[in-house]
Amino acid sequence: MAVNPEETDLNKKHIVTLNEKEPLAISTKDLHVYYGKFEAIKGVSLEFEKNKITSLIGPSGSAKSTYLRSLNRMNDEISSAKVTGEILYKNVNINDPEVDVYTTRKQIGMVFQSPNPFSKSIYENIAFGLKRHGVKGKETLDKAVETSLKQAALWDQVKDKLNQSALALSGGQQQRLCIARAIALKPEILLLDEPASALDPISTSQVEETLIELKENYTIIIVTHNMQQASRISDRTAFFYLGHVLEYDETRKIFTNPTIQATEDYVSGHYG
Amino acid sequence: MRRAYEEELNRLHASFFRMGRAVNEAIHQSVKAFVNHDKELAKKVIEQDKEINEMEHELEQACIELIALQQPVTTDLRKIITVMKASADLERMGDHAVSISKSTIRVKGSKRIYEIEAMISEAGDRVEKMVQEVLDAFVDSDDEKAIRVANEDLEIDELTRDIHRISIEEMKKDPDIVLGATDYMLASTYVERIGDYVTNISEWILYLNSGKIQELNTHHNIDDLNN
Amino acid sequence: MNEQIVSTENVHLYYGDFEALKGISMEFYDNQITALIGPSGCGKSTYLRLINRMNDLIPGVKITGKVNYDGKNVYDEGTDTVELRKKIGMVFQQPNPFPFSIYENVAYGLKIAGMKDKNKIDEIVERSLRKAAIWNEVKDKLDENALALSGGQQQRVCIARVLAIEPDVILLDEPTSALDPISSGKIERMLEELKKEYTIIIVTHNMQQASRISDRTAFFLDGNLIEVDDTRKIFTNPEKKETEDYISGRFG
Repeated sequence: MAVNPEETDLNKKHIVTLNEKEPLAISTKDLHVYYGKFEAIKGVSLEFEKNKITSLIGPSGSAKSTYLRSLNRMNDEISSAKVTGEILYKNVNINDPEVDVYTTRKQIGMVFQSPNPFSKSIYENIAFGLKRHGVKGKETLDKAVETSLKQAALWDQVKDKLNQSALALSGGQQQRLCIARAIALKPEILLLDEPASALDPISTSQVEETLIELKENYTIIIVTHNMQQASRISDRTAFFYLGHVLEYDETRKIFTNPTIQATEDYVSGHYG
Repeated sequence: MRRAYEEELNRLHASFFRMGRAVNEAIHQSVKAFVNHDKELAKKVIEQDKEINEMEHELEQACIELIALQQPVTTDLRKIITVMKASADLERMGDHAVSISKSTIRVKGSKRIYEIEAMISEAGDRVEKMVQEVLDAFVDSDDEKAIRVANEDLEIDELTRDIHRISIEEMKKDPDIVLGATDYMLASTYVERIGDYVTNISEWILYLNSGKIQELNTHHNIDDLNN
Repeated sequence: MNEQIVSTENVHLYYGDFEALKGISMEFYDNQITALIGPSGCGKSTYLRLINRMNDLIPGVKITGKVNYDGKNVYDEGTDTVELRKKIGMVFQQPNPFPFSIYENVAYGLKIAGMKDKNKIDEIVERSLRKAAIWNEVKDKLDENALALSGGQQQRVCIARVLAIEPDVILLDEPTSALDPISSGKIERMLEELKKEYTIIIVTHNMQQASRISDRTAFFLDGNLIEVDDTRKIFTNPEKKETEDYISGRFG
């Protein structure tokens, strides 16, 4: 029973990089995140492939969510947080203070753990962000609302009640609405922080199906505590442990024959 | 729902069926090569067995990944287990086709007994038909058909017993036939074993539908052939 | 053979006009973990709460049928619900320790019950924390506030709190859904230990959890009990198509 700090060699890592044929969506180089003096992320270098789902897994305190949030600079919002290292998106280091955070977040969208629709109509939930980003004209908005709801596999269920409150939807529908809201802004990358952990198995399954559909058009990076979820839907999996990534490989490899003992212990549920 | 998963399950079934067809072709060619003393065709069967082994390996890998990644339960799990077990049976059938081919290449005796060769050929044809039928029963998960195919194996056993009996009689009559007749006995035993594996697959088809592991027709070992 | 501890007979529960449980009859046995599974709104949590009369607190609820425990129907007039809830304890989804020390959390029920002997209380607190598999983690800080513990530790303290008052039956309503896999794993192992002494009934959304730890599984749908059987049967070869579809993740 490993996966405990005394027995786990944090220097032993197995990180598989992309090969030339695999197009890169975003990557980090030697990323560190500090909260005051506490170093939450201890130098993580990862590459994320385009149009794939990558799962970030690991025990509580492994800092996988912190890492996810740093990818679209959500950690900027925390005053004590300091992020060093590079986040490369389209050959630009977006961890540069010169880079506009709002443009970044438009291209790298985020969906949170608890569905958090606005207390507005289903239609307005999506149109709101578009209007704020300067999209005008009823027809254009209608079209964008419809497209993103279709992509989030929610259109058929809500098309006759677009003016109803989003809060009347089920948890799974609300979460898909939040996904639709994020993709309405046409991001390239979608970050999801435990998007199904507050949902029952049926809603979870709906969200998973939606994500599998979405990867045709988006690059998806998802933090999940649910290892079965990671194994079901993701192409690649990164195992986070105490601010390090100990292993990063194809999901099938991670769940059938991982290289690092701590990964094996974690995914098979053998923990101290 | 769970479309990607369903697609993978369907792919698994299709690959299994493909492997079954390849094995059946190997059986057909090995028996044909044996009765025609066609060493070239026999070599080809041995050569092609690598592909069959490769197919089994891939199927096994796909099953392991489905179990590890998709947490299958009940019918889904049984489908996967059935493919895993039945593909191992298919692979062994392929090995027996190789064994038949090896005796074709080895064949030294120049004397032939056309009556026995015709019987081996018939056993080969029947077993080939059984393999085809058991694959169909698998695809349709047809219990009745599976049981029927398993029963046909009794006829193969009978035929094999006859081949052995006649071979021994011929050997007693003519010492020059000993080498050749020994090969007849070996080849027919391999064919008979293939029939046993068909029965195993029938058992897996019943398992797929019922969840119960049950023995079909009592067993047929080469040891009780002379009883 | 395991002894039958609790059973329900044709239990119906109505919220006003809405029938949330449509006649549920099943039995629960000693030294077993029974898992209640089913989609949201199927009635499984409502059913769980009905066993120790937690639903009494909700206005407009009407319950018919019987819940048999200890030779009586718990819905008989004259049932002391405080006593009942001591014998049939409950653990909730969100860990809810009281905002005082770990020690006091566990001792609370004992003191309420009038126990004064300090040595005796110390002994029960330790025993309960040991059974809840958290003693080693907290033995040196029993006086610290329970809210300072991690979620998983808080949940185990809540379980120790229930164990201290010596129940027969422990009801758990999605006890690990707010926890990470490591904390969940600890609770699952603890429940496997606890079943040696108690009857355990657990509502879970996590089907792997049900299949890993329970002896029997009951599948609920739309207020009906569709199927109850040995867990190994439910997860390898259930009788009903609805059960099969649900546990294999095919939801409509």
